[in-house]
Amino acid sequence: MSPAAPTPLALIAELTHRCPLHCVYCSNPLELKQRADELSTEIWSRVFREAAEAGVLQVDFTGGEPLARPDVVELVRAAREAGLYVSLITSGLPLDEARLDALVQAGLDHIQLSFQGATEESANEISGTKAHAHKLRVLDWLRGHRVALTLNFVIHRANIDRLEEMLALGESSCAGRIEFANVQYYGWAFANRENLLPTREQLDRSVDLLKRAQERLRGRIQVEFVVPDYYAKYPKACMGGWGQKLMLVTPNGDALPCHAAQIIPGLHFDNLKDRSLREIWEKSEAFEKFRGEEWMPEPCKSCDRRTRDFGGCRCQAFLLAGDAMATDPVCSLAPLRFKVDAILATVNEPAAAPVVKPNWLYRPNPA
Amino acid sequence: MTPELNSRPHLALGCRLNEKGQQSRVLHMPERALRLNGPSLEIVERCDGKRTVREIISELQEIYSKAEPKKVEGDILGYLALLNDQRALDFTSDQADRSANAK
Repeated sequence: MSPAAPTPLALIAELTHRCPLHCVYCSNPLELKQRADELSTEIWSRVFREAAEAGVLQVDFTGGEPLARPDVVELVRAAREAGLYVSLITSGLPLDEARLDALVQAGLDHIQLSFQGATEESANEISGTKAHAHKLRVLDWLRGHRVALTLNFVIHRANIDRLEEMLALGESSCAGRIEFANVQYYGWAFANRENLLPTREQLDRSVDLLKRAQERLRGRIQVEFVVPDYYAKYPKACMGGWGQKLMLVTPNGDALPCHAAQIIPGLHFDNLKDRSLREIWEKSEAFEKFRGEEWMPEPCKSCDRRTRDFGGCRCQAFLLAGDAMATDPVCSLAPLRFKVDAILATVNEPAAAPVVKPNWLYRPNPA
Repeated sequence: MTPELNSRPHLALGCRLNEKGQQSRVLHMPERALRLNGPSLEIVERCDGKRTVREIISELQEIYSKAEPKKVEGDILGYLALLNDQRALDFTSDQADRSANAK
């Protein structure tokens, strides 16, 4: 018997997997959804209404690049009318000033603009596209618009020593928040992991630097950072617990408990074209599977931290242990922690320090 | 920081209260939301860019007249500082500043 479903708080709407960037750490699945299968404007609008009725407070438009949808302004309006707080997570690429204006007019609350680095050369290598100069233009346009801004830098071995430049770029913009998010190892990032994981020394330096920046900018800009959990002592509370707070909807309408859930073999995902959001949230096999504590193995089952980190991430357990039911191997208490330590040992060998020219596996565009 | 008694707090860009009539009142912020009730709601509803911190304190002291006024003042100043740290609240020091800082 599984516990009753809590109220969902946030909806992550992957509007499309199309994207002008080809980032080597993209969190999208290796198998991208095709354009022809994308949900219509009408179905998305219904999903927003159903989400708000079920208690959801906010929706994040993401992708791929959400601006690749020609109806994105309409979708912002529909989500606001449903009563949701609307964030747009974007590369800024398919944006011009008129479109930015239309999005803000439609009620967009917040933009999270991603940067792949602080300089043209380093950023373009990671995104596989000449994107950086345009992003700087978008920053300029944003000064004239009433919408909150977060700058997001994805951090990895090749750029973790350049946080000062990124901070300077953030401070010169009108951002209220700057996020430094270390790559998490799923999808394309898992495939490129050997070239992305920072060394322990790099990580320690970066944490020191960002803590000082947090103090210095307090009350003006909020600085947040996420460390790579391979270096953590305990696992992350992935998605705030499976089926506890978030629902992610893929471009074709599959409802998932997290970004990567479709890699877990044997799990069936219901589609919002066929069933209502509330029904899927409360009763679907995928959301019930790891909800609560029933499924937990030892050492999680009797661990004091089980209500805080929920045994860690199910997808990471599958990727590293080959078993989605296992304790997340990044946990120092996990029987399989040695696997993570072995990966870290290779990265931290002197010979492995910054690779000069990695052989990146770039994410392509879906058909 | 300690908020100036004569400054006028207002919600920062990207922060807004959800509509009245919904089951619970929520302060939306980029990437997070705060459920408000009782005193926290009374305070945030008054951060309208018109009232000064001093005015908010005296209105709350009236509502919570059974509480020690000094304690009400301290709690409010602490809460406003916390919201400012989280980038939910900005303060303007007079009328002229307000339009300049509105962005």
